[in-house]
Amino acid sequence: MQVLTDFVLRHPASIAEAAELLAGPGARALAGGTDLIANMRHGLERPKMLVDLSAIAEMGALRWAGAGVTIGANVTIACLARDTRIIGELPAVAQAARSIAGPGHRSAATVGGNLCLDTRCVYYNQSEAWRRSNGYCLKRMGDVCHVAPQGKHCHAAYSGDLAPALLSLDAEVEIAMPRSTRRAPLAELYRDDGARHLNLERGEFVTAVHLPAPLPGTRMAYRKSRARGAIDFPLAGVAVALAASAGRIEFLRVALTGTNTRPLLVDGTREFSGQMIGGALLEKLGKLVQNQVSPMRTTVTASNYRRQVASALAQRLVKELGLAT
Amino acid sequence: MKRILSLLLNGRRREDAVADDMLLIDYLRELTGLTGTKRGCDGGECGACTVLLDGEPVLACLTLAVRCEARRVETIESLGESGRMNRLQQAFHEKLGTQCGYCTQGMIMAGEALLRRNPNPSETEIREALSGNLCRCTGYVKIIESVQAAAGKAP
Repeated sequence: MQVLTDFVLRHPASIAEAAELLAGPGARALAGGTDLIANMRHGLERPKMLVDLSAIAEMGALRWAGAGVTIGANVTIACLARDTRIIGELPAVAQAARSIAGPGHRSAATVGGNLCLDTRCVYYNQSEAWRRSNGYCLKRMGDVCHVAPQGKHCHAAYSGDLAPALLSLDAEVEIAMPRSTRRAPLAELYRDDGARHLNLERGEFVTAVHLPAPLPGTRMAYRKSRARGAIDFPLAGVAVALAASAGRIEFLRVALTGTNTRPLLVDGTREFSGQMIGGALLEKLGKLVQNQVSPMRTTVTASNYRRQVASALAQRLVKELGLAT
Repeated sequence: MKRILSLLLNGRRREDAVADDMLLIDYLRELTGLTGTKRGCDGGECGACTVLLDGEPVLACLTLAVRCEARRVETIESLGESGRMNRLQQAFHEKLGTQCGYCTQGMIMAGEALLRRNPNPSETEIREALSGNLCRCTGYVKIIESVQAAAGKAP
């Protein structure tokens, strides 16, 4: 039985070879496949060539340098979630990894794949027949966004869990290009367009994530809300990294997923430095989050609910982490 | 394009001509005739097609068969010995962890992966290990009890 469209599968052994293959027309990088193959089964992607990155050994390592770490894009989510040093020193990363999909996905899915996860929408992640009978949509083959029919902007939501945890910790990504590599802040990997949310040109792919040593005294956590307790994508996911002493914020960073077309580092949290953690601060933080998220009708759950959840999760995490002894 | 896939399937070396776009579930069910692995949602959401790849649970409906080259694949058919059920299968049988049976092989393979890594799991650990497997009959309680029984814990 053939359920996937005909493609050629290539297994490059080096980053340079993969970048060259990916520069060709119709080529698509294949990591764990838990997102891409599901989407191909729905006819959302029809690549002519799949470039399997799993044989590239240099992308498979987790390397510590002091308290900073470089995580190869091929490291599986299961390995990341189980790594004792990650659990101990970067708990938000381990919590995010552990909350991704189910165990059967996590043993195949990779860090690079999760960062590049396709955006999701209730009008997009459907069978070919369903989408055809609905006139398709702006993200694929159609010219109308059913979420916001007046606009020409795709609102499909980015739903990766690792990105907010990594954003809150100042991560950078290593991107391979044909014949060279570049390094960029993780936030620059993404753009505000659900139909094309990655700042990657043809031939480019993520090879590693660099996390600097967390600032002294950093406490961190990731939490998500979802329709069912396992497997599901976040309705809203929040990562918080902060330092506090005697109930006062020293620094605070909040990052979100599931609410916008890209993972979002909340702007304006710097003004909380030196402030007491209490009702007034939490209220201001809640408003800040609510003003910056833009959940749309991309899930069956109401967008205002997701806005409230993002705000409440951020408040709870700041309170729990900030007041922990 | 077809290529020769060489892998260790349930302890036996096999070589088959397999197309690049063939999924592991189709390879197992259609080509090797191992129909114990069930096609549930067929989209990576239910866990019914869980098999072990190098000892780790994966979803056969989201795995390209040729990516199992030189690797070890285990399906439900590998668990019995000399026609007898293994400890976990026996526990599902005795503790009524099976009703319609459709999710059972996925539950057992996910449970098997857990017990190999952690022979003495807590209830929370069992629930987490089975969290990618959906069951529409049992309400899960009897399934958790079955894994506990197999681990030698009285539920």
